[in-house]
Amino acid sequence: MPIHDQGYRRYAGGRTSRGRAWLVIARAGIAARVRERRFLALMLVAWLLFLVRAVQLYVGTTIVRASFFAASEETFHGFLNQQRLFVFFITIYAGAGLIANDRQANALQLYLSKPITRHDYIAGKLATLAAFLFSVTWVPAMLLLALQVLFSGSLEFVSTHPRLVPAITITALLQIGVASMTMLALSSLSRSRRFAAMLYALVAIFTGAVGGVLQTATGHAGWMLLSPQNTLAVLTDALFGLSPESDIPVAIALLGIVALLGLCAIVLERRVRAVDVVA
Amino acid sequence: MNSDRSPVVLENVSVHYGALQALRNISVAFPAGAVGLLGPNGAGKSTLIKALLGLLRPDAGVLRVLGRDVSADPLSVRARVGYMPESDTHIPGMNAVSFVAYCGELCGLPHTDAMQRAHEVLFYVGLGEARYRNVETYSTGMKQRIKLAQALVHDPDLLLLDEPTNGMDPKGRDEMLALIRDVADPHRERTSGRAPISVILSSHVLPDVEFACEYVVVLHKGAVATDGPIAALKGDSTRVFEVRVKGDEARFVEALREIGIESHDESGEVMRVFVPVDRPVQLLFKVAAQQGVQVRHFRPSVPSLEDVFARALGD
Repeated sequence: MPIHDQGYRRYAGGRTSRGRAWLVIARAGIAARVRERRFLALMLVAWLLFLVRAVQLYVGTTIVRASFFAASEETFHGFLNQQRLFVFFITIYAGAGLIANDRQANALQLYLSKPITRHDYIAGKLATLAAFLFSVTWVPAMLLLALQVLFSGSLEFVSTHPRLVPAITITALLQIGVASMTMLALSSLSRSRRFAAMLYALVAIFTGAVGGVLQTATGHAGWMLLSPQNTLAVLTDALFGLSPESDIPVAIALLGIVALLGLCAIVLERRVRAVDVVA
Repeated sequence: MNSDRSPVVLENVSVHYGALQALRNISVAFPAGAVGLLGPNGAGKSTLIKALLGLLRPDAGVLRVLGRDVSADPLSVRARVGYMPESDTHIPGMNAVSFVAYCGELCGLPHTDAMQRAHEVLFYVGLGEARYRNVETYSTGMKQRIKLAQALVHDPDLLLLDEPTNGMDPKGRDEMLALIRDVADPHRERTSGRAPISVILSSHVLPDVEFACEYVVVLHKGAVATDGPIAALKGDSTRVFEVRVKGDEARFVEALREIGIESHDESGEVMRVFVPVDRPVQLLFKVAAQQGVQVRHFRPSVPSLEDVFARALGD
């Protein structure tokens, strides 16, 4: 016979205000990832280029005052371009299962039976991935800028390149937004994390190849819009004030990105539901 | 019944899935306490539960849960409702404590409180020893228990349980039903002074409902076939007999029906015959003789929920 048989007890504590469910979801998602050593290793590798660039800035400002090492808009543009590789891998690693795993475990009805909206759920998942991407794009790029100021001992570089901070910020946001939304939409299409990862790889790699082939075959630069990466490149070139590598007008590229984000939002709106209605 | 005090009230509620009408103009009030929601597969039980949670929007009518209009404010309703889904469900990659605490936080509990409460409810549902195991490694019975734990963690005022004993062994099933009864127990003293939790138990296992609930709502083809206290529905206005006849059974049943005596075939051999208390039992034998059938088995029985269910469905 038990000494003390505890029956059901009611909760007498407080409750937090509504609207922070997305934060709870994001925090749990981030915590789950950072417990994985392989993922931590990937994040560390993603910071290696930062170290290389930091050394370059140090050498350029303190040791060899050569134009080759000198910081410019191109330095930061190049850095963010190089980070695209890690954005790709981190997006696949941390993003492919975000919704697919929940679909596989029937967790959507569990989430949506709580006092949260579908938008809270999507925002939480989006924030999970965006946080990691933010930490390998905007954070190191801004740190590089801070190091440049530190090494040169003045704010002259920032004042002579006024577009740099907004350019870095908007470029990082575009990279993060496109990668996160695309991955999340693809993850919502499947119950398999691997399938979602393959779909993302297809979108990221093969759209560029197909666009290139079609451009060569038809002579129309517009085909390059098939690739989100190429479209993003047009915008980032413009943001950093560099001469564009493509003939695509900036406005068209912007429209392409908006259309892609809109499409992802529609997919998420249709796929993130507690009840699948097959009429 | 006073619908003002009912935790769940439906007024002319209809829900469609495309061309399929899942709920047809339902008006019913669920009283406080444990209420069984009965019905065959496809009757609309799960649809009704999802509509009560605001996951499905009714095409017509009003659903009120704990005094709130579900369509107008589904989040407030869900904050006070615990839902245990029928299907196997969990958050991937979490152990039981993290999972239940996470569900508590999603419902607005502060992190520390959610963790403390998770431990408490896991012990309550009998998973205290297994609370650090990954949920994916749990047996079917344990998964049912943890689904109950996640529904209880935020201390709801209404519990919606969809087939809570599915896949459980007899011992586990008894324990689960005992938990449900305990949660809905109106007599136990509450330290907080709050009203006891109301429970809606959706099931097609009639003995489960009979054990845990005092009131039932029977759905059939999207409509309320009958509802009321189980004791009243079983009633003392009829006596029940198990009867087996040899001969034209269909003619015998039809003849009984013509004189106002209902019957239903339970096992294909023995039928249950409901004789109103104001009619003599000898009438059965008289009808059998008139129809030329032999009564081979005749035994008094007691009214059961299965009788209520079968009569409500018109079988």
